[in-house]
Amino acid sequence: MTRPMVAIRNVAKTFGTFQALDGVSMDVMPGEVTCLIGASGSGKTTLLRCVNQLNTIDSGAIWLDGELLGKAKRGDRLHRLTERAVSRQRLATGMVFQRFNLFPHMTALQNIVEGPVQVQRRPGREVRAEAMALLERVGLADKAGNYPSELSGGQQQRVAIARALAMRPKLMLFDEPTSALDPELVGEVLAVMRGLAETGMTMMVVTHELGFAREVADTVVYMDAGRIVEAGAPREVLAAPKEERTRTFLSKVLK
Amino acid sequence: MSGPGHSEPGRLEPGFSDLAGLPVARRLHWGRWLAAVLIVIALAYLVRAFAKGQIAWDVVAHFLTVPVILSGIWNTVLMAVLAMAVGIVLGIVVAIMRLSSNPVLISVAAGYAWLFRGTPLILQLLLWFNIALVFPVMGIPGIWTGKAVVIMTPFVSALLGLGLNQGAYTSEVIRAGIISVDAGQHDAARAIGMSRLHALRRIVLPQAMKVVLPPLGNEFIGMIKMTSLASVIQYPEVLHNAENIYYANSRVIELLIVAGFWYLLVVSILTPFQMLLERHFSRGTARPGA
Repeated sequence: MTRPMVAIRNVAKTFGTFQALDGVSMDVMPGEVTCLIGASGSGKTTLLRCVNQLNTIDSGAIWLDGELLGKAKRGDRLHRLTERAVSRQRLATGMVFQRFNLFPHMTALQNIVEGPVQVQRRPGREVRAEAMALLERVGLADKAGNYPSELSGGQQQRVAIARALAMRPKLMLFDEPTSALDPELVGEVLAVMRGLAETGMTMMVVTHELGFAREVADTVVYMDAGRIVEAGAPREVLAAPKEERTRTFLSKVLK
Repeated sequence: MSGPGHSEPGRLEPGFSDLAGLPVARRLHWGRWLAAVLIVIALAYLVRAFAKGQIAWDVVAHFLTVPVILSGIWNTVLMAVLAMAVGIVLGIVVAIMRLSSNPVLISVAAGYAWLFRGTPLILQLLLWFNIALVFPVMGIPGIWTGKAVVIMTPFVSALLGLGLNQGAYTSEVIRAGIISVDAGQHDAARAIGMSRLHALRRIVLPQAMKVVLPPLGNEFIGMIKMTSLASVIQYPEVLHNAENIYYANSRVIELLIVAGFWYLLVVSILTPFQMLLERHFSRGTARPGA
């Protein structure tokens, strides 16, 4: 059996008194696309942020490609990793945000080049060539010199995807990548994501686009109140949900 | 579109006269004219008063360019630039300390701002200048020591006093700038593997500059004039030198006008630089053509 790319076991997280995650366990296999669905506040975004260590988990454990995240076992104790070690672990994951979060003072190309050059210390010339290829891949080769404010939402999100890919991650995390877009711009971003899935990239996608989940996902996970209610192939979870809560959610979303 | 209540395009219903082609008359702003006339009269009266007053303009003209005044304004600008540099470096460090998650650093930063903002600048300058009364010898024991009277010259005392004081104020300006940057920018920077400080330097501070620069320009202009307080500790800036001259020749107003002229000139020269800096740091957000 192959080792999961992401293994999440019993993860809990509270913000103050709010229980965002309440004992979540799941696996994401290499090359798989997992879509997380559920109402807002159900914990799907928090789970994604915990995988990228933008939030620290209160209990439980997450392994990325076999490596325990955020902590290291020394003797019979777990020690929190230093900030530098956490930053290094983050290099294995690329993250795409709901609100794009492009760096507004840099052009599209500079946004993509920033991480590989500044963090990974790769040679600028090589990185720039690779960044141009990535821009080409997301269909924005002609926008390399444009600032984010000069791009549409869909274009910004495609640059953000290219920026994440430039780090050569093993895993891509998408946090509601189309929720902030005008309806007519959703398609172009989903098309890029679909293309990425076809290349065999392992992806965790928080989304409200059930059509995308149905077509692209290998696994759909429905979350509610910080727990996984139901998980399985899209034709099971989306077409024939076993749980009443899943049915209620789907009927609201599909209405 | 031709339901009731809608007129056909290009045709007006009865009761509406055709306004097309009529020129729009220019409005006469009586208030503006009146205000302008009154101000011109007031200005003319002021100019006349100064011209007929007891001011020897030839003395003003003479002292405007004497070496003592020129070296004074040079010392003023030098001190303002150096003290501001000290203030900005300190301000950035203290702002970062204040926003860190380390309670010790937070307390130190807060204590620093409290101490230096809570006491008058002139008192701080006098303290630094007279510190030899407390510590006759200063330095690092065993490595290097010196007599405080020798070390704490007016220049060093003024630089320390003005710089440390400025750092306390600047830290709050920088902190405001850092806070103003969207939290998503921190997330995005961390997501590409940047450490907190790296993200601050490459991503957050450049964006904070847009918010920081206007108040910082204010602070710098304030600093140019605050250097005049260093005259109390014998730092030879322009006001100090002007005073020394009028103690000798009693041309008080004339020399104050000379000093005032130079302050105004320096501030006028510096203001456009701020605009250039602001333009640089607003790249990516400036409206095209603006």
